[in-house]
Amino acid sequence: MSLSSVRTSPRDTQPATRPLLHVDGLSMRIHDRQILRDVSLTIAPGEIVALTGESGSGKSMTAFAAMGLLPFAAETTGALRFDGTDLLSLSEERLCALRGRDIGMVFQEPMTALNPVQRIGDQVAETILIHKAAPRAEARRRAAEALVRVGLPPDRVPPTRYPHELSGGQRQRVVIAMAIALRPRLLIADEPTTALDVTTQAQILELLRGFVRDEGMGLMMITHDLAVVSEMADRIAVMKDGEIVEQGETATLLRTMRHPYTRQLFEASRHRADLPPARAEAPLLSVDGVTRRYPGPRRLFRPREDHVAVNGVSLEIRRGERVGLVGESGCGKSTLSRAILGLEPVQGGSISLDGRAVFSHGRPDPEVRRRVQVVFQDPYGSFNPRHRVGRLVSEPFHLLPDPPKGAARDAAIAEALTAVGLRPEHAESYIHAFSGGQRQRIAIARALIIRPELVIFDEAVSALDVRVRAQILDLIAGLSRSHGLTYLFISHDLSVVRGITDRVLVMRAGEIVEQGLTDAVFDNPQHWYTKSLIAAAPSLPQPSGGGDTDAGHPVP
Amino acid sequence: MLAYALKRLVILALSLALASLVIFLVVEVAPGDPASYMLGINARPDTVAALRAELGLDLPRAERYLAWVGGMVQGDFGTSYTYRAPVSQMVAERIRVSLPLALYALTLSVVIAFPAGIFAAARRGRAGDAGVIAATQLGIAIPNFWFAMLLVLLFAIKLRWFSAGGFPGWDDPLMGLKALTLPAVALALPQAAILTRVMRSSLLDILHEDFIRTARAKGLTRRQALWRHGVRNAMIPVLTIIGLQFSFLLAGAIIIEQVFFLPGLGRLIFQAITQRDLIVVESVVMLLVFAVISVNFLTDLAYAAVDPRLRTSR
Repeated sequence: MSLSSVRTSPRDTQPATRPLLHVDGLSMRIHDRQILRDVSLTIAPGEIVALTGESGSGKSMTAFAAMGLLPFAAETTGALRFDGTDLLSLSEERLCALRGRDIGMVFQEPMTALNPVQRIGDQVAETILIHKAAPRAEARRRAAEALVRVGLPPDRVPPTRYPHELSGGQRQRVVIAMAIALRPRLLIADEPTTALDVTTQAQILELLRGFVRDEGMGLMMITHDLAVVSEMADRIAVMKDGEIVEQGETATLLRTMRHPYTRQLFEASRHRADLPPARAEAPLLSVDGVTRRYPGPRRLFRPREDHVAVNGVSLEIRRGERVGLVGESGCGKSTLSRAILGLEPVQGGSISLDGRAVFSHGRPDPEVRRRVQVVFQDPYGSFNPRHRVGRLVSEPFHLLPDPPKGAARDAAIAEALTAVGLRPEHAESYIHAFSGGQRQRIAIARALIIRPELVIFDEAVSALDVRVRAQILDLIAGLSRSHGLTYLFISHDLSVVRGITDRVLVMRAGEIVEQGLTDAVFDNPQHWYTKSLIAAAPSLPQPSGGGDTDAGHPVP
Repeated sequence: MLAYALKRLVILALSLALASLVIFLVVEVAPGDPASYMLGINARPDTVAALRAELGLDLPRAERYLAWVGGMVQGDFGTSYTYRAPVSQMVAERIRVSLPLALYALTLSVVIAFPAGIFAAARRGRAGDAGVIAATQLGIAIPNFWFAMLLVLLFAIKLRWFSAGGFPGWDDPLMGLKALTLPAVALALPQAAILTRVMRSSLLDILHEDFIRTARAKGLTRRQALWRHGVRNAMIPVLTIIGLQFSFLLAGAIIIEQVFFLPGLGRLIFQAITQRDLIVVESVVMLLVFAVISVNFLTDLAYAAVDPRLRTSR
């Protein structure tokens, strides 16, 4: 058990060393569902192995198996050897001694991964105390050290803080500090940056890379993001339906892509929708010097400070344009979209659609309101599960003074469903019967049904797997052609915005800092913030093969 | 934290002011003359007039309200019409029984519920959990007066460990405590059953949280994760229920007080209502409102002690 002194990089010393983690023919079933099938892979000290694939492919379950944190009902066969010891046959007591000391884990959701009622320093110190690695005072000191190592110096973020006083990126650093406090030999990171902004993501990835480089930790990196995978990993394993369909050295795998699924994933990731040529017609939406302030918390003896979410933003969207709005979380893009929808009053400036104010006399103008529709990120959350799809899709009819009834209504529903690649008879089903991509199609059908002129997509494809995302983007592009729609496409994901828009606006701290034609902005950014965003975003390797990605219309 | 406490204190004061106004108006505005209501339909007109003068009903309303509130602030709750004794003195005697009884029952309830709830949550879906659930089902279903009678039959009549009722006063604190034991057990049973369930379900919710998984990844056992990270996070709903239960126990023990012949607040209110002694009713209700609002204030402070997110005054 003295592998912790190994500091050589596996790139120079190939398989000779015993692998740190050796997953050997691991299969797992929970009740009647086969979760993993004959998964085999190895991780050597100082090596980054990425496990990638779409949701439900079994990547997280593989990680939980390596931590010995499987659900009760899981039945496993095969072996999972950590430094020669089979974890599957280890007692819970021995596993507890291993977890946190020899194997550390970092999770996806930093906002919820920390105990909200405990100071961060205490939470990090707990890793040390629980393994009796040091007495209390010493553990505190080492916890403070670990926090410094992950970039949380005590003068900026003291260990006495509670999680809710930290940003998402800072919380993820705390989670990492807990995982590395005892310098484990293997670190498992399950989508560690998925919930973070690109610039924060770049910092966290660099931090993880540093541990591997400097301390020879092995890193199992689980992520769906192929750009991250390509940049980080020494080796890649691609998973599909509980199986590893292809694995190998990163450079080799990216070059050959023997399995069609791997190729599909990469194709879909860099997918650019086939947009019809942009038309430059009369202005449709004009936002003029809009400011949106939220009152700050009431203070006892000081004046309250307002939070300015949108600060003097002006923009114009012409009829038929597809405009992107990018920026990091908290930059004000969603606030701006709510203002455009007329859902909230603004404190300065004006918003008008075709010359008519979207918000007048203290409420949204219904005339304008029905010409603008919105599609959100989480379609499931925005549907009432007790209503049939037909009723869900026809919801916007309440905006019409004289909504169609009877056969006319059914025809409109059928038309909207057909337009998004579903069938009219789907109107009779309930929402839970549909997959994520189909739900997003239904959300789009709901937006289309009253024939709006402007559709706002607010992170509308962010939660979707890459292949489904590519199909939805194609659908959106196609609808722009067939229905002559104008889009405002809001996303934190630069690659998505690049593939679906003609023009892009970059927003930071409530202000538009740069705008221009999409390709021009991405290829030649002017503002330092745009430059840093583009530099921070991991990029996909250039394609070397071809292949069709659209797997056809999914129908239940 | 200070700002949070101050804010709660302001809310407390406002609630009290509002409650006193509502209570006053309900008694005042209720149809009919309070004096003739108190004396019944057979009263002679001159008796009614005398009572009206005694109650000060001739004075303007605002003046009477201020006099009533002002009196209470100084500890003067008026004089009971039926007993011809100061209400403050009557309440003081009763509260010496009711407050210790409520605290006793609440302590028992917490002492039973916390371990039982944690035990059940830790063994979710196994025999121990099922046993606890069945027991709480029973605890909620059994009427407490019947349970009280069973307690009397067993411990007072058969075993002769406790007396069957009555209260000897606090001259000998141990005797006083002993006299309150059976009533406290009877009161605590359904409360403990409810609290156990709240504790269990609140903990089970918490055990699904991501930070429990994080704790497990650090090397904590299931049990350690539950104790160190689960229990405190599960406290908010539990504290809410404890606050409600205390308020209920203070005045709601009337049936148990009857079973054990205890001179408590519940009986005082009951008697005052049956005798139409509006002065006593008005003042005791106001006192109970004060008690409930104070308990809510303490519950709010307890929330903040448990959860740092609430301390940043919002």
